[in-house]
Order: sequence, then structure tokens, then C-alpha cells
Amino acid sequence: MSAESAVVESESGGGLRRKRRPYHLFESIPTRQYVLIALLSFAAIFGLWAIASYGKWVDNLFLPTPTQVWNSAVSYAADGTMWQDIKVSVTRILLGFLLSTVVAIPVGVLMGVNKKFEAAVEPPVDFIRYMPAVAFIPLTLIWFGTTETQKIVILFIGVFFQEVLLIMDNVKNVPRPLVDMAYTLGLSQWRTIWKVVVPASLPGIVDTLRICMGWAWTYLVVVELVGANDGLGFRIQSAQRYLDTPQILIGIVIIGVLGLGFDFAFKALYRWAFPYLSVRGK
Amino acid sequence: MIVTDLLRIEHVSKSFKARKAAPLLALNDINLTLAEGEFMSLLGASGCGKSTLLRIVAGLEEPTTGNLFLDDHELVGPGRDRGMVFQQYTLFPWLTAAKNVEFALSDKPAKERTDTAREYLSVVGLRDFADHYPSQLSGGMQQRVAIARALALRPRILLMDEPFGALDAQTRGVMQELLLSIWERDRLSVLFVTHDVEESLILSDRVCVLGARPGRVREVIDVNLPRPRQLEMQDSKEFREYKHHIHSLIHDEAVRATGLEDLLRTETST
Repeated sequence: MSAESAVVESESGGGLRRKRRPYHLFESIPTRQYVLIALLSFAAIFGLWAIASYGKWVDNLFLPTPTQVWNSAVSYAADGTMWQDIKVSVTRILLGFLLSTVVAIPVGVLMGVNKKFEAAVEPPVDFIRYMPAVAFIPLTLIWFGTTETQKIVILFIGVFFQEVLLIMDNVKNVPRPLVDMAYTLGLSQWRTIWKVVVPASLPGIVDTLRICMGWAWTYLVVVELVGANDGLGFRIQSAQRYLDTPQILIGIVIIGVLGLGFDFAFKALYRWAFPYLSVRGK
Repeated sequence: MIVTDLLRIEHVSKSFKARKAAPLLALNDINLTLAEGEFMSLLGASGCGKSTLLRIVAGLEEPTTGNLFLDDHELVGPGRDRGMVFQQYTLFPWLTAAKNVEFALSDKPAKERTDTAREYLSVVGLRDFADHYPSQLSGGMQQRVAIARALALRPRILLMDEPFGALDAQTRGVMQELLLSIWERDRLSVLFVTHDVEESLILSDRVCVLGARPGRVREVIDVNLPRPRQLEMQDSKEFREYKHHIHSLIHDEAVRATGLEDLLRTETST
């Protein structure tokens, strides 16, 4: 902005055209420029794909052309299976994620504020955290069969044990002077948690939830690849049997788009819930 | 005997446990009293324990030994009878200025809360900024809201821990004038921690100079400058005499606190 106006001034003043200084580290750019660069980035990926597939650099069995993928997507959507798969997968992910979050927030907050509680909970959580959630699939299949419960349990195992520790850290980052202030204003410990610790750590917690949602998608696909008979992951898995690469790609892209959608939703929630973080200046 | 002291600090010591070392004695046998309506500064170099002493009065830390009394009641833990203003900005960022002031008044009816908040924001000259978030206010304005919040509690005593320490020199001067005018209006009892000699003199009735390692009372100086005070008084002969006296008191303490006594002694002798 300032560089631009400087150039305009010198031009109107008839002086030499001012030399543009190079981009500086951390310098911000206009939103339009940001969006443009991002779109170009997507276009580049698409272009590379088109060249490689239409140009037969790669056999179309391994990398189908955009046309093939588009046609396959149209028929997948037309017979309704696409919407059914999306519904099933989104339901699973929401249930698993919500269940995990509903437990992780109170437990994480208490771990953050109470060292004794942390001592009781963190070591076992760490222990389980290092066991890969995927390794629980055989066990959960024996326990629950190929039921929805089994899938929710895997999502829970995959998400909860990371989520709870991140929330604990969010809470520990609450500036201590704010807590001291609450005490001198006469608040009890419980009210300090409720009126100061929770609101102060909430922006961090929402960010944590956004990141955990990403992991939930990974575990969803894993759990649908093994022992499911519907959902996006299952569709990818069965397409592999018929060497239906367009279908595999569609499945992956849908997951990507849905993930991006959830990410946008979280960012919108963040802006809506924490207006005080985006206002500046007098 | 009639007890007129508002605050009594009796034989207060504080030591911190140190790992693999002897406990660090931060405060050693502090005895101080504050009369109703009196403004007293705790002055000393960093590391003399002045902030620790204030935090003990606020109830945020426990003394290792000794007792504290406010209105002859022993102080245990924090309470709304003591309003606190910290050096760091401690406004709740998710609340507007008015809501910050109202924060501690939740036991009052809504009408009274908003009226009180407006009243005290006016006292600090921020009535028009009631709906601003802290991030929209300058550092000085944030501290004014923090003062309004502490005043709105109608505390028996105001505790201030280097409240203007993070502000630039010009803003600090304005804030000192504001605090003087509020004091003239309400005759508050104030315990004010600072390392700034001029600041302590212009504001206080008494200045308590603390020595370092361990923190202890070096001298309590009565400041007999006329009230109401103005910042221009800092040019007066009287003021400069007080200043000179205190500077000489704390200089060797500051040298000791920084652990440079050997180095500096060598330099002066050669």
C-alpha cells in the first residue's frame, strides 16, 4: 500500500520511477493477492495432472485423465451412492469427534489447572497415545464386530489421547497474571476456571479442535478401509479391487474437499466467537 | 489505646526454596503500618522483594512467617477488600472496558453494575471507550481501565505493583497526575510499588526504602511536600533534597543487588 502510493506520487510529480524494494520477511500482502496465488497454485497442480495424463506420460490405468475422473464422478453422483457415502462418513466423523471432544475439554482443562489431576491422568494418556490407534482395529473388531460402535471407538482412540494433551497445554498457556487478577477480584477457584481460565484458553482450544478434526479424517478412512461396507473409505477400497482409479481419485478428492470445508467452518467459528482478536487500533 | 492503622504488617518474612541450595530469604522481618487514607510507596532496586511483599498483602503469596492485619482482621488469601493493579496488562481481552470493570460486581443488580462501570470509567476519563476491547486501547488506557476496575470494588486499600512501569515517560507522567487527582478526591489508602524515586516522592506520604538480599526495610521517609501535588514540584529544592537522600540510600543497595560490588569498588579505587 505504502509502496504503491509512493510510486503514484513520484509519477505524478514527474520524478524518476521509484525503485521497488523487494518483498520483506513476514510482510503481509493484500487478500486478493493471496487468493490469486492460492488459485494459481491449484491451477498448477491441475495443469500438471492434465499434461501428465492427456500427454500419456503415465499410463491412464495408473493416472486417469480429468475427463475420465469427471465422467466417473457424474455417474457416482447420479445414482445417489456418493451422497450416501458422504452422509455415512460425515456422521461417523462427527460422532467420533464430538464424543472425543466432549470428554477431552473438561478433562484437559482440569489437567491444565490441577497438577495432581495431571499426575493421575497424563502418564496413562501418554502411554496409550504412543500405541498406534490403527493397531486397535483387530481388537475392536473382536470386541464390537464391524459395527458403528467399533468405528467410533477407533476414532475416539485416535483423536482423544492427542486432543486432551493439547487442550491441557492450551490451558497452561493462560497468562498467570489474569488468574491472579481473578483471585484479587474475589473469585473462587471454580469461578476462576469458569470465568477466566476457560474464556482465556478458548481460542487455543478451538484451534486444537480444528487440528484434531484433521486427524479424525485420517482415522475415519483407515477404519473404513478395514471392515466397513459403506462410506468414502470403503468406496476407495472396493474401487481398488476393480482397478477403478478414477473412483479412487474421486474418493480422495471428496475427502479433501470435505476436510477443507470443516477447516473453513472452524476458521469462521473462530472469527465469529472471538471478535476481540481481530479488532485493532482506536 | 486506639488503633488507627488500616494495615499492619508484622514480622513478615518470606523465603523461597531453592534446588540444591540454601533457601533464598527474599524478605526478612518486615514491620510496616499504613494509616487510613495514607499513600505509601515501597521503593527499592529489583530483587529487593518489594513486589513479593505486595503480593503477600494481596494474598497471592503466603508469608513464611509473620502476620498481616487489615482493620484488625488477619489477612488470609486474596479478597475484594484489596484492589490490585499489576504492571502487566491484566484486562480480560474477551471483555470490553465496561465489562472488565463490571467483572467483579456480579453480585450486584445489572443496573447498578452498568452505572458503577460508567462512573469509574469517567473517573479515569474513558467513558467514551466503554465498548472498546482492550486490544483497541493503548497501554496507558488499558492501565486506566485496570485502575477503574480496582476502584469499582470500593476496596479498603489499593495495591499497585509498578502500574506505570511499562508505559513511556510522557504517559507515565499523565498517569501520575491522574492518580494524584483520584487520591485527592477519594483519599484512598494506597500501597504502591515502584523502583522510580521521583514517582514514589511525588505520589507518597511516606516512602519505604527496601534493601536487598535479604529484602528488609532500610528507612521509612516522611515526604512533607505540600498537597495537592503537581509534577512541577519535582523541580523544587525540597524535592531534590529528598531525591538525593533516597538515591544515596538505594545506590549501594542496587550495587549489592546486582552483585557488582567487587567490580565497582575496584573501579572507584583505581
